[in-house]
Amino acid sequence: MSLPPLTTLPNPIRPAFTKGLTPGSVIVNIGPSHPATHGTIQIVAEISGERVVRTDVHCGYLHRGFEKECESHTWHTLIPYVDRLNYCSALINDFAYCEAVEKLMGIELTPRCRHLRTLLAEYSRIADHLTCVAAALMEMGAMTAFLYLVTIRDYVYEHIADLTGARVTHSYGRIGGLARDLPDGWLQRLEEILDQMDTFVDRVHGLVDRNRIFIDRMRDVGVIATAEAINWGFTGPILRSTGTPRDLRKDTPYLSYGELEFEIPVGIKGDNYDRYYVRMREIDESKHMIRQLIDMLQPGPISVDDRRCTLPEKQAVYTEIEALIYHFKLIMDGIQVPAGETYSAHEGANGELGFYLVSVGGGVPWKVHCRSPSFVHMGGVHRMLDGYQLADLVPTFGSVNMIGGECDR
Amino acid sequence: MGTGENLLERVQASLGAQALETGMAHGILVLQITAESLVPVAGRLKQEFGFDLFLDVTATDWPQRRPRFDVVYHFYSARDFVRVRLKTQVEETDPTVDTLVPLYGSARYMERECHEMYGIRFRGNDDLRPLLLYEGFVGHPLRKDYPKQREQPLVPYRDVKP
Repeated sequence: MSLPPLTTLPNPIRPAFTKGLTPGSVIVNIGPSHPATHGTIQIVAEISGERVVRTDVHCGYLHRGFEKECESHTWHTLIPYVDRLNYCSALINDFAYCEAVEKLMGIELTPRCRHLRTLLAEYSRIADHLTCVAAALMEMGAMTAFLYLVTIRDYVYEHIADLTGARVTHSYGRIGGLARDLPDGWLQRLEEILDQMDTFVDRVHGLVDRNRIFIDRMRDVGVIATAEAINWGFTGPILRSTGTPRDLRKDTPYLSYGELEFEIPVGIKGDNYDRYYVRMREIDESKHMIRQLIDMLQPGPISVDDRRCTLPEKQAVYTEIEALIYHFKLIMDGIQVPAGETYSAHEGANGELGFYLVSVGGGVPWKVHCRSPSFVHMGGVHRMLDGYQLADLVPTFGSVNMIGGECDR
Repeated sequence: MGTGENLLERVQASLGAQALETGMAHGILVLQITAESLVPVAGRLKQEFGFDLFLDVTATDWPQRRPRFDVVYHFYSARDFVRVRLKTQVEETDPTVDTLVPLYGSARYMERECHEMYGIRFRGNDDLRPLLLYEGFVGHPLRKDYPKQREQPLVPYRDVKP
């Protein structure tokens, strides 16, 4: 077996520029596999000394044909693929997708399911923000803060695994409900973890908030103004860091958000420090929401009583012919979604996570399109990189929290 | 929500004349327009009605239909919290629409994706290089006639002898 010489392999990309604008500038290639760019992203940068003149950002190295694959699965069996979009907060993807299908079918969720989905979405948001902040801090050398945050994130993952059976890709959403109800003692453990989280997050605040090195690396770096951010399609924590309180949970309330009391943290000038702080404050708000939801949760069914989408009780499947047939039809043909199209958006951990679905009736979607925040952010991230130092590229990129799974789909 | 619904009614009344068909679908105002009126309508949506956030562009392939493709746009008003969907049909022989880059910076990247996945040409967007795919990829994978199992390895498979 002999490998072809490296020089014969074609270049997967064609850079936007190969010559510098200014004399003495150099074109460097960063990534796609680089320890400092968490995620497979490739940046072709023109640098003059240490200053970045312009950048050309390439994504796609994690493209796996999500949308194509969905067109040959039933509405239910593509949920595991949806999980793998933003793998740091997979439950938010699940619920956003399920809600889009439920809109097409005209399904109203049970109160317990609604509250539980909201609770789990906020829990996932915490895990996502912890990951983002931890990774961004580690890349600047703050190993202790990283370990504190990842410790608590691991408690969260293990805890969600107790409920869903998986640490990262849960496949827990079901159209019209959820896979299963909470196990015994789950909520007690949740409160324990929230308390521990307070301690760990406080320690990180103490370590970095007023740390001179941290501030020097973060303040006034990667600045973006509100108008600019909206022009480039930024949503989520990045848009809020510019000082504008836009949040779908408040603006177009879905699930149980209309019944909750919470604030929308905003930044001052849209730099790296603000993005760090907005995420940390959102963790606090999410904890606040989860505590309210624990009180709101009442016993009741977690799935709608609708034979179009919900599987019958297992016991009935073994004993009644009608239940057996429903089970068979739902598994083999998939749920039958009426023809139509819908766009449904949730506030993902990184911004507006939308699903545009087209159904022509029947058990298989005609089209599943995911509007992923990370992908749109990659289209405008050069506005936050150009003009700063090469070394700033790492914390700025970390604060954008590009997730390869949802960016490249 | 009251102001948002009023806004959609005003948009519908004002832009209805430029649309072939209008209607509400799951809380979103849908305007079916011709490819020629895309830029004027999008411009008015942005300037007159405050739809400042360009969310998404994608296409839908209907192989049995003429014209074959729908190009689908979503806009959001960050002031009134409502969404508008624009749909325009293009022929397979000339799948061309005008770019929205002069109105929205974010259109640049999203149009690139739509171009490589469906082969829609965005007139005026000077950067339609492959984005999620790679240089030299043949075909448009999200078209219905592109077989899911087709392989186009960029790096040739190694010949492994047992």
